[in-house]
Amino acid sequence: MSSPDGSRAPVHRHGDHPLHESGGALDATHAHAHADIWLADVSAGYGERPAIEHVTLVVEPGTLLAVVGPNGAGKSTLLKVMAGLIAPWSGRVEVLGSPPGREAHRVAYVPQAELVDWEFPVTVGDVVMMGRYPRLGLARRPGPDDRRAVAAALERVGMAEHARRQIGSLSGGQRRRVFLARALAADPTLFLLDEPVTGIDARTQEDLMDILEALAHSGRSVVATTHDLAAAAQRFHRVAAINRTMIADGPAALVLDPEVLARTYGGHLLVLGGQTVLLDDAHHHDQAEPGEQHHHVETERTR
Amino acid sequence: MTLELPWTDVVFAPLAYPFFVRALLASVLVGTVCAVVGTYVVLKGLAFIGDAISHAAFPGVVAAFLLHGPFYLGAGIAAVATALAIGFVSRRARIRMDTVVGVLFAGTFALGIFLFSTIHGYVADLFGFLFGNVLAISLADLVGLSLLGGFVLGCIALLWKELLYSTFDPLGAGASGLPVAPLEYLFLAFVALTIVVSLQAVGIILVVAMLVTPAATAQLLTVRFAVMMRFAVLVGIGAAVVGLYLSYWLDVASGATIVLVETAAFLLALVLGPRSGLRRRRGVAVAG
Repeated sequence: MSSPDGSRAPVHRHGDHPLHESGGALDATHAHAHADIWLADVSAGYGERPAIEHVTLVVEPGTLLAVVGPNGAGKSTLLKVMAGLIAPWSGRVEVLGSPPGREAHRVAYVPQAELVDWEFPVTVGDVVMMGRYPRLGLARRPGPDDRRAVAAALERVGMAEHARRQIGSLSGGQRRRVFLARALAADPTLFLLDEPVTGIDARTQEDLMDILEALAHSGRSVVATTHDLAAAAQRFHRVAAINRTMIADGPAALVLDPEVLARTYGGHLLVLGGQTVLLDDAHHHDQAEPGEQHHHVETERTR
Repeated sequence: MTLELPWTDVVFAPLAYPFFVRALLASVLVGTVCAVVGTYVVLKGLAFIGDAISHAAFPGVVAAFLLHGPFYLGAGIAAVATALAIGFVSRRARIRMDTVVGVLFAGTFALGIFLFSTIHGYVADLFGFLFGNVLAISLADLVGLSLLGGFVLGCIALLWKELLYSTFDPLGAGASGLPVAPLEYLFLAFVALTIVVSLQAVGIILVVAMLVTPAATAQLLTVRFAVMMRFAVLVGIGAAVVGLYLSYWLDVASGATIVLVETAAFLLALVLGPRSGLRRRRGVAVAG
């Protein structure tokens, strides 16, 4: 379909918004040579139903980016396009300088916790070892290097003493730690994480965010979807607010303002005397494991 | 009955007959291949699909009979074609998967019965494929099926970790570069070949039990994949041997007896196993 080109008015942009300048289609064409992720005017979906439309996004190395938006906004779809799991209907995508999927061994993707079969007969150590499988190749068994990488990853997320436990016996926060460890064990350049800090205790959230921040600091890129606007505001360098189209993209402090959030979340947002209250759509967590916290209401201080 | 015989005679007397030795080897082969492939079948939730593929082999068997070809060629073509068709439909169609499988299941089996009904004359061999008759297996068939079973086991030995990753987390595996869709097709073909290997021993109607029951039993006993597969093989081989001897001494159908022994093992694990639903909440034991 259409290639990105500065003269074309991007349909998804609100021309009067100050953030418009920070990530327009024109920037995308110039920036992509050095970007870890470059999406230009991308639309994608399932069956006949579009999940994201005309999304343009550039992620430079060392970025810690939160993708926020209501349920059904296309956050997970956007991540899957980046991971090469679904092909875009239109627009152009480059990941690590190649078509998505080409550099797959340098990409780690972590699905939502709801999509994992927690009764599966694997231990914590088994799951983290899976991060090493792609680099091993056919018919090769994990060796000492792989075991060291797994041990180091488990150590880093604070799960070393749980290596032999079955994954279903872990708490929600521990499960997220294990899947981040799997991504770490793969030693990728790009981390694509679907809801890595949603529905977990504050301590785990802090620990995981510390790790993600350190990764970004070391030049890796981290793209994480999140329902947690507080985490997005406090810990991520950059926030992209989407609701099928890109609503805003920029520094957290600019994106997470009441006006942008109102456009992103529509009727799910209430502004009450200095506090923006997000009425989170609870059905998203319907399949969550018992014991996980359900954030039905999140509060976010406005500036 | 034979209770007055010493146990050594119970075990060794039948081994004097070559047909029994062939049947024993075939049963152990079937028990092994089915348990290994069945471990993935259970974890992927493909029991219904396995049943459909085995029923789809029937028209192939009948066609081979009509054309005087080897049964496993007809069964293999029909089963693999159906397996790949199911794989294709599951990725493309907008209809519910179980609906499609249900349609194929009945349709292909009906085709088999239709062809079957055109045959006038001696068809006892074909009944053997419906209900299994491992005691009638020929040496040539045993060699052919061993090669086929060995091929499936060899492929799984090469691909076990890729199959494990794409079964556990298809999205994560796909994003990290594993060819998840080709692996899915390949695995369905392995299921089809496993069914072909098993047809003569247990028959089309009971093959699904050989695939599912040992692995389901093993899943109740361990939380580790590698241990689960080993337990499944133990259950598969043990039930095959015990079932075959029981059927010999009781003079009853061999396939059904093997499946009944497996079912008994499953029920035992369900009642006593550390991971069964019946004893949950007492904590999940870590085996292996």
